[in-house]
Amino acid sequence: MQSLLVDLHIHTVLSACAEIEMIPPLIVQRALALHLDVIAITDHNSADNVGAVIEAAHAIAGSALTVLPGIEVTTREEVHMLCFLDTCAQVFELQAIVHAALPQRKNKAELFGDQYVVDATGKYIRTEERLLATATSLSVEQVVTHVNALGGICLPAHIDRPSYSIVASLGFVPPQLDIAGVEISSLTTLKKSVKWSAVCEHWGVILNGDAHRLSEMGARTRIRVVKPTVAEIRLALEGKHGRGVEVLGLA
Amino acid sequence: MHVRQVIKQLGLNLTAGSKIDVEITGGYASDLLSCVMAGAKAGNIWVTLQAHPNIVAVASLIELSAVIVTEGVSPDPETISRAQETGIPLLTTEQDTFSTVAALTQLGIGGTEAITGSLDS
Repeated sequence: MQSLLVDLHIHTVLSACAEIEMIPPLIVQRALALHLDVIAITDHNSADNVGAVIEAAHAIAGSALTVLPGIEVTTREEVHMLCFLDTCAQVFELQAIVHAALPQRKNKAELFGDQYVVDATGKYIRTEERLLATATSLSVEQVVTHVNALGGICLPAHIDRPSYSIVASLGFVPPQLDIAGVEISSLTTLKKSVKWSAVCEHWGVILNGDAHRLSEMGARTRIRVVKPTVAEIRLALEGKHGRGVEVLGLA
Repeated sequence: MHVRQVIKQLGLNLTAGSKIDVEITGGYASDLLSCVMAGAKAGNIWVTLQAHPNIVAVASLIELSAVIVTEGVSPDPETISRAQETGIPLLTTEQDTFSTVAALTQLGIGGTEAITGSLDS
């Protein structure tokens, strides 16, 4: 069993709202400085920079840092769902589903921000033209079904936030939803609110940075797993077979 | 009818944005930004309880005349500064969305392409 520090919610320059410093080499270096063992790249409705971060991690740190492919999907209810998979092939299958469900609208960089695809060194490759910072036509249920079918896991993102969160949009976490756990963005809001605390009693909790800039990355969650795969992370969130999750600072 | 008149008639707070002499073409109410992007028309006044910065981006995109943030929600500082930059009026009210829409209807603002009568300021 390994004890690993993780941050599973990191944006790159492909997300319009992310700062220009969110390029693969800097993300990897920041992760190493924080002693993270596992990170996940979760850009809005896209995964085109995941491969570049995986390559950068390999070049800079060998096998010391695991990079999980992910996407932060915006559902039609405007809920953000974190989707994690094990391989690039799987995440691109999810990306195809997500892109087909986006409205046919072009991004306006001056309003929403730039969406850049880059290589492992951070060098510009191309600009993503379609608007990614918007809702897909996929429901929460549909996203969960698709991700699970691909062999991945799904968690509603930052459930403690007033916007783009499953609790804010739906009022609660549907109990029948086949999610792996829930993500919170802050211990402060969790401890202050009975509502989030009640949710967290039923689901495994993870605390990630939702990093749009390097300073927002953090080592706030520890997982106990045999290896850093999504199946193991699910077991950890469910507290099964000796796997576990610990949000640091949460008693 | 201009945004200025609606502010006065409904007793709204002008939190940010200077373009209050823009003509209103109609109204739209939704808390889903994707809905607004699909359904609202240029010049519409938008009623929502969302207060995050993306509301200004959407208002710019669709060229809305103003955004009314309801339920006494305080817009984020980033939302306010974006409204200042774009000039799009960011209005707030303690009233809920339903009451606000009802009040707008009383002034003659119907749906996205419906505006009847005018007010003398």
